[in-house]
Amino acid sequence: MISQQQALSIFRNMLLMRRFEEAVIGLWATVDTESYRHVYIGQEAVGATIMALLREDDLLVTTHRNHGHIVGRGADPGRALAEILGRVDGYNRGRGGSSSICARDFGFLATTGVVGGGVGLGTGGAFAQKVKGAGGVSVAFFGDGGLEEGIAFESMNMAALFGLPVLYVCENNSVGVTTGRANNEWSSSSMAAATLGDIPRSLCIETEVVDGADVEAVWSAASGLLERMRRDPGPAFVEMRTHRWPGSRSFDPKLVTGTTDLRAIWDQDAVQGDHADWIDEHDPIVLYGRKLLESGRADKAMFRSIDEQVTDRIDTARSFALASAELEPDSGLTGTFA
Amino acid sequence: MSTQAERELSTRQAIIEAIAQEFRRDPATVYIGEDVGPAEGVFKQTEGLHAEFGDNRVIDTPISEAGMFGMTVGAAMSGMRPIVEIMFGDFLTLVMDQLVNHAAKIHYLSGGGFRVPMVMRTGIGVGGVLGSTHSQTFYSWAANVPGLKVVAPSTPADAKGLMTSAIRDDNPVLYFEDRMTYNYKGSVPEGEHLVELGRADVKREGTDVTLIAFSRMVHIALKAAEKLEAEGISAEVVDPRTIAPLDKEGLIDSVLKTGRAVVIDGGHELYGVTGEVAATVSEGAFDYLDAPVLRLGAPHNPVPCSKTLEKFMVPTPEQIVAKVMSMYG
Repeated sequence: MISQQQALSIFRNMLLMRRFEEAVIGLWATVDTESYRHVYIGQEAVGATIMALLREDDLLVTTHRNHGHIVGRGADPGRALAEILGRVDGYNRGRGGSSSICARDFGFLATTGVVGGGVGLGTGGAFAQKVKGAGGVSVAFFGDGGLEEGIAFESMNMAALFGLPVLYVCENNSVGVTTGRANNEWSSSSMAAATLGDIPRSLCIETEVVDGADVEAVWSAASGLLERMRRDPGPAFVEMRTHRWPGSRSFDPKLVTGTTDLRAIWDQDAVQGDHADWIDEHDPIVLYGRKLLESGRADKAMFRSIDEQVTDRIDTARSFALASAELEPDSGLTGTFA
Repeated sequence: MSTQAERELSTRQAIIEAIAQEFRRDPATVYIGEDVGPAEGVFKQTEGLHAEFGDNRVIDTPISEAGMFGMTVGAAMSGMRPIVEIMFGDFLTLVMDQLVNHAAKIHYLSGGGFRVPMVMRTGIGVGGVLGSTHSQTFYSWAANVPGLKVVAPSTPADAKGLMTSAIRDDNPVLYFEDRMTYNYKGSVPEGEHLVELGRADVKREGTDVTLIAFSRMVHIALKAAEKLEAEGISAEVVDPRTIAPLDKEGLIDSVLKTGRAVVIDGGHELYGVTGEVAATVSEGAFDYLDAPVLRLGAPHNPVPCSKTLEKFMVPTPEQIVAKVMSMYG
């Protein structure tokens, strides 16, 4: 069961992820910057809930869509934004950028821009965790597209054979995407298997399918699997199904759903715009907010207060990142070798 | 350097000895690969390791090169010091993403946050009629990637010393061993033996021409040097030992002395390591050269699976002699 404190903390973390991404998109419109970025909007329930279940000594790998994981694990949003903007105070001295923010002190082994590329590394992290034998696990986040890569299959097979404590979290954000590229939507899932879980299941890996917009469902599935894994090492696979956020564009995400308005939790009139359906039915922040409200675990004043604190924190992060110095042009010429 | 006792070992034994000694010294070391455990490797290249170190340190994997390589990188980042064996160097093709986009870049991209202390061990070289997909020498590919160290020993003593240094290095080191040298014997120090990465070694001193040769080609160059001696030409044979980092000074110094150089490699000549080395010594010793620096490598076709045809894929002492004689035309 999620305690009151945990519930509010998960909500706060989800909102932090959302306001962070809104800041990223906003900065792109106002700051002279290049490169590309992928945002985590619509998947916050997955990341925030998993983070709430992890220990300090757990390891993680994530993907190009990593911002939510990074700040949700406790990394400084200011340094993460600085990395995305390519500034000196970024977590990777401005070398990784949006798709490769790697916050080592928070247990992230890698954040890779290569689809499926982190699955093997996360499995290696689990190998080291098993050798260490202290109950630490490794969590490998990847998208439904990552499962199409051969290395995902190879890694899961070895994790099953060697009994490695790794939770494969497949964030399937293709739900609701029906028409594919012809309609300027980015379809991803192209598996011949009837369900994504058929693949790990064929390797005798414990597998669950979860509504990834539902904090309680994510908690219920992941807490059981993680608890078992800490006692009895061996992999597990969860498909977290989320409806694709309509603003998702590979290179240039647009805030088509507007800046998230928490009033949508209690006031149907605040659910507005071209994508009101997505907000009403699939926005995990609105959905979890409503649950907390209905169950009496939070009220409007608490939501407003959390939002103020989170917004302050993001404002501070944005100022920090913008004040951080640009990179010296020749600073990239060192540090190839340890 | 070491004044310790030495005895004759084969290259194969010398490499295993280096690994075993490091495994005794450092409990973070593990060996990951296909058929490397109780089977002791298809070429007996892991003989005795599983018997001494057991299932937890010597790990047989499925036939999943990309997966095992990725797992090795992740383990190296998490406190282990693993060796991964890719049975044939040709299968570099199967690990490229994990090698190039991950292992090589993680230290740099993480702003120095991570180290990747791992060794990839793999076999190369034409011989034994293994055909076009089991005979190739691809270290030039790896050397072109910033962040990777690339090693190719020629003698048993170097094989031991370079393997020890590779295991202790905090970067990904690719260790290429020519299977045809496995049974070559030589004197090897018994105890701890390190050869610094990035130091060339003069295998034979000479004054008239420098033969710069990699891996097994060192032995072919030494035979060529004997033949040249009969022609009154004194050839120096220099073994770079590591391709990356390359001991530019060591190579250039030799060419400054001799004024002539031939670079010999078992891999394909076009776009290969011979071109890089020829350019390096040409730039560094231009005013001292009496002839253009020449190259000799394998012809630009796949390695045929035929005892008769594969011979033409390996440089010979006669070809080296002909290259040298052409400089005196």
